[in-house]
Amino acid sequence: MGTVKVRLFARLAELAGTRSEDVEIGEGLRACDVYRLLEERHPQIAGLADKVMYAVNQEYASAEAPLREGDELALIPPVSGGRDAV
Amino acid sequence: MLFEVTDKPLDPARLFQHVRQDAAGAVLLFYGVVRDNNMGRNVEYLEYEAYPEMATKVMTQLVGELREKWEITDVAIQHRTGRLEIGETSLLVAVSSPHRREAFEAGHWLVDRFKDVVPVWKKEVFEGGEEWIEGDRH
Repeated sequence: MGTVKVRLFARLAELAGTRSEDVEIGEGLRACDVYRLLEERHPQIAGLADKVMYAVNQEYASAEAPLREGDELALIPPVSGGRDAV
Repeated sequence: MLFEVTDKPLDPARLFQHVRQDAAGAVLLFYGVVRDNNMGRNVEYLEYEAYPEMATKVMTQLVGELREKWEITDVAIQHRTGRLEIGETSLLVAVSSPHRREAFEAGHWLVDRFKDVVPVWKKEVFEGGEEWIEGDRH
C-alpha cells in the first residue's frame, strides 16, 4: 500500500524522540489511526491524541481524514499563541 | 506579500521597505518581543519552532481573508525560530493601507489570527524548569 511521512513538532517531537517517521498505510487508514500506530512505537505520546490537530500535505485536516500513499501527515500540538501571549 | 521564517534576527527596515508604497498613507509595524516573565515565572529565554512549509500556506490563506475584510496595500511578516533572549523580536507584522484605520484593524486581526492558526510553537525556559506554551494558555 505504500507509506506516508509523519512529521512531529514541539512537545510531541521531544516526547517521541523523533521529528519524522515513515508509516505503512493500509486501506482506509485515517490520520487518527496513524496516531495510534505511533503511540505503540512511542508510548511517551500516549494520551495526548485529543489535544493534537492534524495536517495533511500542509493543510489542516480532520482526525478522520483518509490518507493516501505519499501524503505528508503532520501532528500539530496546540500552537504557541493564545491571545495576549505576546 | 512577504512571509519568512528564519533563525536570524528579524529586519524591520526590510519589512517597512517591502510594504511602503506611494499609494499607502499608513504603515503599521508590530513587534512581538520576548518578555522576562510569564504566569508569575521569571523567564530565562524562549525557543521557537515552526513548520515552515505549512506556515507559508496558512499565512497565504490568512492574507487572502484579510484582503476580503480591509483595503490593504501590502503585508509582510517575519517569524524567528530557535533560541531567543529576553528583549529579542520573535514576530514582525507590517501592514500598509491607504488610510490608518485599515492598517490598525487589519494588523490587530492578523496578529491574533497568526497566533491561533500558524504552526509555530514556543518553549519557555524559566527558573527551575521548561514548558511548551500551548494555545489555550495565556
